[in-house]
Amino acid sequence: MTDFPILSVMIAVPLLAALGCLFLRAEGARWLALIATFVDLALGLMLWANFENGGAQWQFVENLPLGGTYLNWQLGIDGIALMLILLSVFLMPICIGASWRSIEKRVPEYMSAFLLMEALMLGVFAAQDLLLFYIFFEGGLIPMYLIIGIWGGAERIKASYKFFLYTLFGSVLMLIAMLVMINQAGTGYIPTLIAYDFAPSLQTWLWLAFFASFAVKMPMWPVHTWLPDAHVQAPTAGSVILAGVLLKMGGYGFVRFSLPMFPDASAQFVPLVFILSSVAIVYTSLVALVQRDMKKLIAYSSVAHMAFVTFGLFAFNRQGIEGALIVMLSHGLVSGALFLCVGVIYDRMHTREIEKYGGLANNMPGYAVLFLLFTMAAVGLPGTSGFVGEFLAMMGTYKVSTWGAIFATTGIILGAAYMLYLYWRIAYGAARTAEASAMRDLSVREWGLLAPIAAAVLWMGVYPEPFLAPMRADVGRLLERTERVTPAGDSRPTAGNPAAAAPAHGAAAHGAEEAAH
Amino acid sequence: MQSITLIVFLPLLAAIVAGLGNRAIGNTAAKLITTGALFISCALSWPIFIAFLNGSAEATVVPVLHWINSGDLQVDWALRVDALTAVMLVVVTTVSSLVHLYSWGYMAEDPSQPRFFAYLSLFTFAMLMLVTADSLIQMFFGWEGVGLASYLLIGFWYHKPSANAAAIKAFVVNRVGDFGFSLGIFGTFLVFGTVSIPAILAASPSMAGSTIGFAGMRVDTMTLLCLLLFIGAMGKSAQLGLHTWLPDAMEGPTPVSALIHAATMVTAGVFMVCRLSPMFEQSETALSVVTYVGLATALFAATVGVVQNDIKRVIAYSTCSQLGYMFFAAGVGAYGAAMFHLFTHAFFKALLFLGAGSVIHAMHHEQDMRYYGALRKEIPLTFWAMIMGTLAITGVGVLGVFGFAGFYSKDAILESAFASGSVPGTIAFTVGAFAALLTSFYSWRLIFLTFFGKARWAGSEHIQHAVHGDHHDHPDEEHGDSSHAVATPQVGTAGYHPHESPWTMLVPLALLSVGAVFAGMAFHHAFIDAEGGAHFWGGSLFFDTHLMHAIHEVPLWVKLTPAAVMIVGFLIAWNNYIRDPSALSRIVAATGSLHTFLMKKWYFDEIYDVIFVRPALAIGRFFWHRGDEQTIDRFGPHGAAYAVGVGNRITARLQSGYLNSYALIMLLGLVAAATWAMTR
Repeated sequence: MTDFPILSVMIAVPLLAALGCLFLRAEGARWLALIATFVDLALGLMLWANFENGGAQWQFVENLPLGGTYLNWQLGIDGIALMLILLSVFLMPICIGASWRSIEKRVPEYMSAFLLMEALMLGVFAAQDLLLFYIFFEGGLIPMYLIIGIWGGAERIKASYKFFLYTLFGSVLMLIAMLVMINQAGTGYIPTLIAYDFAPSLQTWLWLAFFASFAVKMPMWPVHTWLPDAHVQAPTAGSVILAGVLLKMGGYGFVRFSLPMFPDASAQFVPLVFILSSVAIVYTSLVALVQRDMKKLIAYSSVAHMAFVTFGLFAFNRQGIEGALIVMLSHGLVSGALFLCVGVIYDRMHTREIEKYGGLANNMPGYAVLFLLFTMAAVGLPGTSGFVGEFLAMMGTYKVSTWGAIFATTGIILGAAYMLYLYWRIAYGAARTAEASAMRDLSVREWGLLAPIAAAVLWMGVYPEPFLAPMRADVGRLLERTERVTPAGDSRPTAGNPAAAAPAHGAAAHGAEEAAH
Repeated sequence: MQSITLIVFLPLLAAIVAGLGNRAIGNTAAKLITTGALFISCALSWPIFIAFLNGSAEATVVPVLHWINSGDLQVDWALRVDALTAVMLVVVTTVSSLVHLYSWGYMAEDPSQPRFFAYLSLFTFAMLMLVTADSLIQMFFGWEGVGLASYLLIGFWYHKPSANAAAIKAFVVNRVGDFGFSLGIFGTFLVFGTVSIPAILAASPSMAGSTIGFAGMRVDTMTLLCLLLFIGAMGKSAQLGLHTWLPDAMEGPTPVSALIHAATMVTAGVFMVCRLSPMFEQSETALSVVTYVGLATALFAATVGVVQNDIKRVIAYSTCSQLGYMFFAAGVGAYGAAMFHLFTHAFFKALLFLGAGSVIHAMHHEQDMRYYGALRKEIPLTFWAMIMGTLAITGVGVLGVFGFAGFYSKDAILESAFASGSVPGTIAFTVGAFAALLTSFYSWRLIFLTFFGKARWAGSEHIQHAVHGDHHDHPDEEHGDSSHAVATPQVGTAGYHPHESPWTMLVPLALLSVGAVFAGMAFHHAFIDAEGGAHFWGGSLFFDTHLMHAIHEVPLWVKLTPAAVMIVGFLIAWNNYIRDPSALSRIVAATGSLHTFLMKKWYFDEIYDVIFVRPALAIGRFFWHRGDEQTIDRFGPHGAAYAVGVGNRITARLQSGYLNSYALIMLLGLVAAATWAMTR
């Protein structure tokens, strides 16, 4: 395995297929895209199988000097990147399958755009060179911009424009920061930069510049307003990949850059991150409660879920960070699946208005079951992936800030309210329109899209070890790096003083001893 | 394979087969599989319980699978079996298997029976995971799992808006409790570095007197943790403040009310407090709070139960009230008595609910007791079963001779409260005795209105439908509606003939009657006797032998108080419903505003609507329109768009088109930034 440039191949396969699609007709492009994404899925599973948990930090390393001092084709992944790559290659065939019949115009170009995006996303998670990362990171915007702008809904131009403007704003600042870093450290090699100690005063500015980019991508309140519009206008598969993978780039950025490269600044900005995350959870959950558009509701819930990620990451402890990473994976699956569920009924009725549905449990029982499962995963029911991530993230948050944990935990109340209210209006009650009650249940193709995600959600919820294990050592390294700046937290329990404090039932202590015999 | 593994996972397996098989396997197969699985679980559970009664069993933990491994946090799926678990095992599997059987008859006409039985079995699995939990997080899994099953079953008839509303309310209000439970788990993990229940309980005494920071305050560590966890218990067990979901949960089919909202799930909070009793013992403040919340609930729910007309709602408020008793028993340190009442209550309350279901079945979906009357002769078996349940809940018995189940458990609670000698204990005794009077009154009122007096069926729309052949295809309370337009019930049978329920429904009633009659006498030695209890519980909960000795030393008037109030309650009910039925309307007229206050359930729903529900929606709309649209977008992207538009108009004079101007601006910007960065 050592000689085989598997990461490059994983990037090259969709890239070549993207080119190939342009020379094919619709049906051929569909099949080529599907095959290419399945090849990448197979390669991704090989990657997982061959990844050595707890081995070298960077595995599958490739280095191809491109001649320049600052830009080199350097690839390599750690466990965190591995998991996000797996998420991407897992969702990709599902996206192609979701677009199989619902995209009718310019199919070759559409498939090409998706494949290009897959290549760029994988590049983001595999890049070990700062500028290479930047190219992939920003390049990923272009196909998404096109997907929303060409194949989107009625107001697609406005939405894609908003999407582009927000993300561009952040990325320009990040590029400047990257150039400063290369100038300072003399290299753009990410593993070196992770170990490099920037002066604390410089860290502050660099952190803020990266934050501008990642906060938009995340998205964090108040730079989240592009997301609902982008989701609403994007075609189903676009929403899946947007929520499933593109939103994870912000979190990945925090883990890869902000925390290890600027630990002092990260610690310094914990209050900012926690306040923004607290506001996000309460604010966007309440907004989600009053939405009438299904996609908008799920989009707002995404913002709330991503706040768990920022909480967990900036908790500077293992539970918080591992929880945040699991939330990223889980949310990628669950929100992707929820957008697919919306897509299933949108394909039949061509409206996103919640009021037009109702009573689907009658005529679409299979759909109702899967939709319920994903709804429960979204509200973090134990046994689903959502619980493992959110619970760990909140647990980690509590260690740093009880206020933060209180606000984060309100999310489980509000989340239940808006998701169950949505489920009621879609699946329960009586059908409000004749078309709704005439819709047929899931087709075999749709089962094929949703069932694998359902299996993954349950697997991650009942036995998350295979997902946690590859990341364990990397989280450990990150914690070592940030150890000296770890916030003390506001709990600070004092040692007990059992002698002075009489037990509630003093005379009973004796009884307990007897009982213990 | 250990029998506990079968006990817990057979219901899950059955739920999966029945749920996914659904129409493919058909009604009979689904019913056979789920009911069969439950009877096997039940048959395997009793030997475990009996082994603990004999003292021949040791506490064991059966590991199943690793779950979450994150640094210090090590959580496994594991099944813990000790005396406390054994009690819950028999309660859960016995009531559940009987409710499964009962549902064969009760749900016979329902078109989605496999789904119903799958949900019932799924619930049982989650409840068993809860009671066998060895870690707080697995307990939380079961906790939320029963919440899910409860949500699904309350909303089982999902085309009814009221059922959906009730289901969501139950889930969300429980989530408010889980908010506290979660924070409690986080805090416990922070303090003890583990979520393993035995480890936490062992370490608890050493943390007495410690202080901790929470939300800007400095508080006693154990008090904080216990109170946070107790918020969870309040939600699940419908204690005052978080009780509002329980009466509405009666929208679910009656077997569900019996299993989930009377015998098992709602007692999970009491179970949790008992399971964690060594922890609660470290904080007197927390225990006082438990006592006061319990006694307040016992009183509140009993007062509301007195005026309800819907038969299921009377029993629901009664459940709420009895849960209050269990909590204040725990609060005064009598955990054994709390568990004893939980145990006996499971039998007699399930019996009362299933009996009510039988009445509703006989009365063609009618749930309003104002349209009942004179059913004693029509459905005699149901009548006698209900009488047994009522004798048990009101605590009928003769000291030292024999008593029905509640006689032993409720008296033990009141006596412990008195014997504890503390201020909360004394208040609990007083309030508890008064609530017992109300309990006796509303229980007998239910019996008198339903089974005695003249038939008042003519006024019921449901009966009218039945008589005029307007046949319902759907069973029972699916079409039930507790708010009737008709104000004054008409006397008369309208020619309707109630029919006794089928054997599938009567057998569970008979078996539960046996429990309601004998459960108290048979097991009081093991649960609450000073020596017997210490032996039986074996450290699975905090057993206070001194307090249990002390309850025998209380003055005679204390021992006689429960019997006295029970008789007074009975006499008031008899006077107003049998001797002089017109007396009641005079009382209602005389106490108009108080009556309305009670009918409106102390206005909790109205108040919550005004202070929580409406503001949440209003604030959501405000944030959406005023926040996102009119502030962030306006000054963010739209402002930028406007600025670019202005810029375009300027550059358009210099350049040929949009694209070039964008590209140029971007390029110039990037070059300038790069130059600055590289040459600095």
